[in-house]
Amino acid sequence: MLRFAPPLIMALLVGPILAGLVMAVLPAFGYLPALGGHAFSLDPWRQLFGQPGLARSVGVSFASGLVTTALSLAVVLLFLAGVSGSRLDRWIRRMVAPLLSVPHAAAAFGLAFLIAPSGLLARLVSPELSGWERPPDVQIVQDPWGISLMAGLIIKEIPFLLLMCLAALPQLDPERRVAMARSLGYRPTTAWLKVVAPSLYPLIRLPVFAVIAYATSVVDVALILGPTLPPTLAVSILTWFNDPNLSQRFVASAGAVLQLGVTASALIAWWCLERLAARLGRRWLDRGERGRSERPLRLAGKGLILLATLTAFVGIAGLALNSVAGFWRFPDALPQGITAVHWLRALPTLSGPVASTVLIATAATLVALALTLAALENEQRTGRQPAQGRLLSALGLLYLPLIVPQIAFLFGLVVMMESLGIRPTHALVIFGHLLFVLPYVFLSLSESYRLFDARWSQLALSLGASRNGTFWRVRLPMLLAPMLTAAAVGLAVSIGQYLPTQLLGAGRVPTVTTEAVSLAAGGNRRVIGVWAMVQASLPLVGFIIAVGLPRLLWSNRRGMRGSP
Amino acid sequence: MRIPALAVPLPALAVPLFVSLSLSLPAAADTWQHVLDDARGQTVYWHAWAGDTRVNDYLDWVKRQVRDEHGVELVHVKIDDTGAAVSRVLAERSAGNHDDGSVDLIWLNGENFAAMKANDLLYGPFAETLPNFALTFPEHNPEVVTDFTLPTEGYESPWGKAQITFYYDAEEFDEAPPRSMAEILAWAEANPGRFTYPRIPDFLGSTFLKQALIVLADDTKALYEPVAQSDFETVTAPLWDYLDALHPHLWRSGRQFAASGPEMRRLMADGELALAFTFNPAEPAAAVADFELPESTRSYVLEGGTLGNVHFVAIPFNSPRRSGAMVVANFLLSPEAQAHKQDISVWGDPTVLDVTRLDDETRALFAQERDNPALLAPEALAETLPEPHPSWMTALQDAWQSRYVGR
Repeated sequence: MLRFAPPLIMALLVGPILAGLVMAVLPAFGYLPALGGHAFSLDPWRQLFGQPGLARSVGVSFASGLVTTALSLAVVLLFLAGVSGSRLDRWIRRMVAPLLSVPHAAAAFGLAFLIAPSGLLARLVSPELSGWERPPDVQIVQDPWGISLMAGLIIKEIPFLLLMCLAALPQLDPERRVAMARSLGYRPTTAWLKVVAPSLYPLIRLPVFAVIAYATSVVDVALILGPTLPPTLAVSILTWFNDPNLSQRFVASAGAVLQLGVTASALIAWWCLERLAARLGRRWLDRGERGRSERPLRLAGKGLILLATLTAFVGIAGLALNSVAGFWRFPDALPQGITAVHWLRALPTLSGPVASTVLIATAATLVALALTLAALENEQRTGRQPAQGRLLSALGLLYLPLIVPQIAFLFGLVVMMESLGIRPTHALVIFGHLLFVLPYVFLSLSESYRLFDARWSQLALSLGASRNGTFWRVRLPMLLAPMLTAAAVGLAVSIGQYLPTQLLGAGRVPTVTTEAVSLAAGGNRRVIGVWAMVQASLPLVGFIIAVGLPRLLWSNRRGMRGSP
Repeated sequence: MRIPALAVPLPALAVPLFVSLSLSLPAAADTWQHVLDDARGQTVYWHAWAGDTRVNDYLDWVKRQVRDEHGVELVHVKIDDTGAAVSRVLAERSAGNHDDGSVDLIWLNGENFAAMKANDLLYGPFAETLPNFALTFPEHNPEVVTDFTLPTEGYESPWGKAQITFYYDAEEFDEAPPRSMAEILAWAEANPGRFTYPRIPDFLGSTFLKQALIVLADDTKALYEPVAQSDFETVTAPLWDYLDALHPHLWRSGRQFAASGPEMRRLMADGELALAFTFNPAEPAAAVADFELPESTRSYVLEGGTLGNVHFVAIPFNSPRRSGAMVVANFLLSPEAQAHKQDISVWGDPTVLDVTRLDDETRALFAQERDNPALLAPEALAETLPEPHPSWMTALQDAWQSRYVGR
């Protein structure tokens, strides 16, 4: 039985993506019989390249992939290098999980309201300091260079990369490495950057690739924060797919293939940068400097991560305030009145979406957890360890759904499901979510599972327990905390999904995220505030359970409560 | 590749066909009873734009009504772009799904209708079989059977009306607000950064282009024929001159535009804009009631009238629950539902029924409060400019984008 888990996972992940891609490539070359495209041609490509502003769309998409990733990674590495175990450091690390659970769209709305010319910051300093009686007419949000888009992405990618680093670090035994380097006279931050970072990077390489792919092709954040004339490539593709002029579907398909190319080029460019960094880094290592710029580096790491975290939280607080605001005119720093009317109005319509969100997220997460445990247990019993960090390894395939842009294969997948006669249902949406939940659950759980001290199992076996008994009665209970954390990550990923829910569910399966995004079309900040709060609080419940349950269950066993 | 020319004879303004059909009573009543029986117990998936909580609340009310009155379970599938539903039906057809579609009813008009009809994605004709359709008196109100100059031929059923309505904050204006396109330009020059329009291809933004074109073009007759039959460059030249002059004085100097009508409303609420417009004449008054806009908000229409149109509901060709969808469409046309929709505290969307021809008791349902200062006087809506042919919308959108996107 267990033997079949790895191939099953691969088939589940790779099959739909390949099928979806094929159904995107065919129309890109003019083949879509339902629309009268019976012959292959290059017309869609000619039309695509004739679209106004295409070069700029592509440029912003490409740049936001590289810049977002480089900055997020730099901030995370600098922070980790300067970590000293102070109270501030612990607080920042504790903030990571809730921040990770905030869906991208909610964080983006929060940031937009914070930095807009009529936003919270401008209101706080107006009119006393700035002299603005009305919002200044300056372009901040949705700027044509995509800077606000990148800022919004960085805020969300920092917690993700930080969590990935924290998960990988224990393997490297960083304390001893740093101690060794310090005994050679290196200052602590420089020591970490010289002896830990180079070994850490290969372990987090695939998550970094996932960030690049996500940032080049994201739709919901780009709709909220990205440029508009033209928008990013992924947003343009969505517009073409939804164009009432149905022949635009060919252009959209060509665009989807182009998106694949843009993401691939960004990955290749990153790979070249890796080589360059490795070469320069080696020279820096060989020079043997013991660390002159120790303090600025440490302050930069701490300051930047603090800035990003606070920005996210203040943005969310701004949304919360909006959800209860009465009339609130610029430049008032606070609304004129507080009212529950927005919540009361939303309440009757909340229950349905919340119920189906919970159902879908729970089902997808449970399936993902079961498959993950089966694959990991199989790995333990056969003693095979997968190679880490290579895209073409079995583990690399896990990253496929995170690296192939959603927009490139989801539309094709819908056509494929239709032709197989599979009708949109909750089950199909759960299947779609599984594509994205499974990799995250696997990645969150695999490290703890592999690091689990094998002597516990050996002990149980030597006392006469069967292999299965050992699994159920020793390994699972002892791994409860990491399992719940992985489940909470899975829930958060599922709750945040927009495109897969909307497309595979034919819009019939409303979740809090699809509701929030469609209501966002109305631009009413009060309503957006209400739904963003709901959207952000659901995953938080999952994380609270993940942290609280082990403490409750193992209140008499300190070592089993998971990390604080 | 554009849609092949929409070769439908134009414009069949008076359509006596429907009337004669809907008046053949005994047979129709039997068939309708059959539809009602068939519909009972069906679940109807209605794909409708959900960007406004007031609209959503109204659909929720409709849902409860049709459940109680007809035993039809209505599900509002909330979408942010009607094109997505069109796309969905297309995906189903391209997969060979001809009888078990997932969309039963779509709220649409204009180019979405034109596209679906041209691609045979609609079921029909059905509108004339709805008993309440007769209350729109199509022989006197050609707009309920004409969608952007295209005859609907019974493939969609009218639901509500829209007309461009301008609104402003009276406290910010010392003089009267601009009442013509030329005055808007002059006012924008004097008050830079306080006006904008939604970014193309948003439908309200595209409507603003059409409004400007109708006023500025020398030859408006060409606008009511397919665009292929006229010299686009010459006809639209005055529009581009106007926009080139206007853009530097717009919000963000015309380098960025509002995303949609509702976003313009938010920009008004934030004080970024001083003048804006909407397609729903009651929206400003409703936003005042919702604490969004200040109480000094006032509405008006331009001199010579503004563009107005009717929005419809249609049934996709592969809907397996047509009877249910027709029962819903018929309920939407009932005086009860239309009056509730027109109520400013509910949605404020004008009725498509010909109120003047209804009996006194029914007409009383539509009595409006007159003393809301933010609300547009009903007689202001009398001056309605008809929508141009839908092909103009697409041509204008493309031309706008190649002129202003990416610079």
